Amino acid sequence: MLKMSNISKVYRTELVETHALRELDVHIEEGEFVAVTGPSGSGKTTFLNIAGLLESTSSGTYLLDGEDVSQLNDRQRSQIRNQKVGFIFQSFNLIPDLNLADNVDVPLRYRGWSGVERRRAVGDMLDLVGLGSRQNYLPSQLSGGQQQRVAIARALAGKPRFLLADEPTGNLDSEMAGVVMKLLESINEEGTTIVMVTHDPDLARRARRNIHILDGRASDVVAAISPNVTSLQSREAARV
Amino acid sequence: MFSYYVKLAVASIRRTPVLSGLMVLALGLGIGAFMTTFTVYYLMSGDPIPHKSSVLYAVQLDNWDPNDPPTESASDVQPQLTYRDGQNLMNADTPATLQAQMYATNAVVVPEGDEPPFDEGIRATYQAFFEMFDVPFLYGQPWESSDDEDHANVAVIGREMNDRLFNGENSVGRSIRLDDNFFKITGVIDDWQPMPRFYHSDWSRAFADTEQIFIPFARALDEPMGPSGNTNCWKPWDESLPVMEAFKQSECVWTQFWAQLDTPEQAASYKDYLDNYVRDQKEIGRFERPLNTFISNVPEWMEVNNVVRNDNRVLVRLSFLFLLVCVLNTVGLLLAKFLGKSGEVALRRAMGASRGAVFSQNLVEVGMIGVLGGIAGTGLAWLGLKAVESLYRGYQHLVQLDPLMLTSAIGLATLSAILAGLYPVWRVSRLAPAGLLKTQ
Repeated sequence: MLKMSNISKVYRTELVETHALRELDVHIEEGEFVAVTGPSGSGKTTFLNIAGLLESTSSGTYLLDGEDVSQLNDRQRSQIRNQKVGFIFQSFNLIPDLNLADNVDVPLRYRGWSGVERRRAVGDMLDLVGLGSRQNYLPSQLSGGQQQRVAIARALAGKPRFLLADEPTGNLDSEMAGVVMKLLESINEEGTTIVMVTHDPDLARRARRNIHILDGRASDVVAAISPNVTSLQSREAARV
Repeated sequence: MFSYYVKLAVASIRRTPVLSGLMVLALGLGIGAFMTTFTVYYLMSGDPIPHKSSVLYAVQLDNWDPNDPPTESASDVQPQLTYRDGQNLMNADTPATLQAQMYATNAVVVPEGDEPPFDEGIRATYQAFFEMFDVPFLYGQPWESSDDEDHANVAVIGREMNDRLFNGENSVGRSIRLDDNFFKITGVIDDWQPMPRFYHSDWSRAFADTEQIFIPFARALDEPMGPSGNTNCWKPWDESLPVMEAFKQSECVWTQFWAQLDTPEQAASYKDYLDNYVRDQKEIGRFERPLNTFISNVPEWMEVNNVVRNDNRVLVRLSFLFLLVCVLNTVGLLLAKFLGKSGEVALRRAMGASRGAVFSQNLVEVGMIGVLGGIAGTGLAWLGLKAVESLYRGYQHLVQLDPLMLTSAIGLATLSAILAGLYPVWRVSRLAPAGLLKTQ
């Protein structure tokens, strides 16, 4: 599903060169629920952005669904992002002046679906997250947990195979965080691959596998729940 | 996607009403100022009779003071003819298809009812005037050419005058009283306002109303109705003659003269005819300056008379510069607006929008701001033209925004906005989404 080999990411300014990722090797199989942990500034979000094709790599090879996506142009990357990847963010990132239906509709607009298809998908997804009756509400009329559920509905509306979640419960209280995690787990059970960045060890433990990133290196591998999933290859882990 | 982008643009404009309003205002001011000056310039420089302007010629003969500086172009020659030169040409068998001498005068119109008498401008001319200039008739027709020779009491009136005196009814056959004389109406002219009023277009009159009363040239002089337009003389009159007769025989210029010359060959022949006429006149002691005769078709005549003055051209250029300043201001405002919604842009990029899609979406918003700016600019241009109308006498016919100008205003505003928006839109479409998603 996702295979990164020797991935490095360097941010350069005139004065400073920052190595966000260093020769990272990661392999994630289809259907996995992977938690990415690590301290602030370790490179977790950079890893997630590269995985979601929001950033390019400085070097290395990235295969997504067997296709080398390292050298694709913006239009091709956008198309893959739209069709295969869903994003969930810590701060929900809903567009405040669009109602819930229009927010969920955003990725579908770039998909080129017909109005009927889009309306059906939006309705189904909002039903899935329990907000089907509030399609015309604005995000400001919802609680944080409800907003994150809308964000999940938006991420899933285009039926992506790969869900990237960056601290999805970071802005929620523990009760709401539990609801969101349950939702993610049920989505994963339906077959969607999930990669979740989190600081919370309890949440990380609920994932099937953990990748620990430190100083831009995948420095730890934990096979959490499913011992069958052992495909993470990390030379960096061996070095550490 | 276009309708989706329009929907998003409306939402975005509503989200930032002050910033969007400032942009619309900036564009509106620039467009308003430019369209005001450009409309005046456009109407001033328009072709008043496009289907015939190339075959209608104003005639100039250089009968002026021999001590004056030498003539270098038609602009150096008096734009009018003496009475007797005009008459000599009218009575001669020239190569022209049609020709007409004319002058502006005035008289007191005495209405039939209770309305008080009023002073009114009159054009004294020949029957050929109406055919030569394709004057449209609402009722009736011009007087007969024999009426010119017979000094007949006949008149053609304009629609406004007909409305005023006869409540818009067909007044052909009825009479209009001018001073103490009654003139039988042969025709009523429909709305007719060539712009500029080329047939008598020295700069103070080029944008004046067309006259509402026309009478035969000879009959006007019988009265006598003196000229109310510019009269220029360089040589004293013969004081032994009665005043009007002395004036008619003088070297004073006060009549306008036009000829219709349908082909270049005809125009060349007519020019030769004029040259020979002046040579003949030189033999009897007139036309002491070198031979200078000019015929100018309508566009050339507008140039000779400097109808579009340099002031107008400078104003158009200045207002265009002002529009550029407004556009540059709009660039700054658009940059602020678009960078302000960089979080949303990053989100859309994450959801699969390509740079091209982001560019298109924001360009539609810019275009919408441009359309709104155009509408505001049209309103401001209308106010500007009203101000021109109230400040400058004779400009009342310039104060109009025809559909072409309206479309142009909105088109120009949209184009200006799009040009102003290209950089901000490009910049926002190039934003790296990754760094913005965390901070939204």
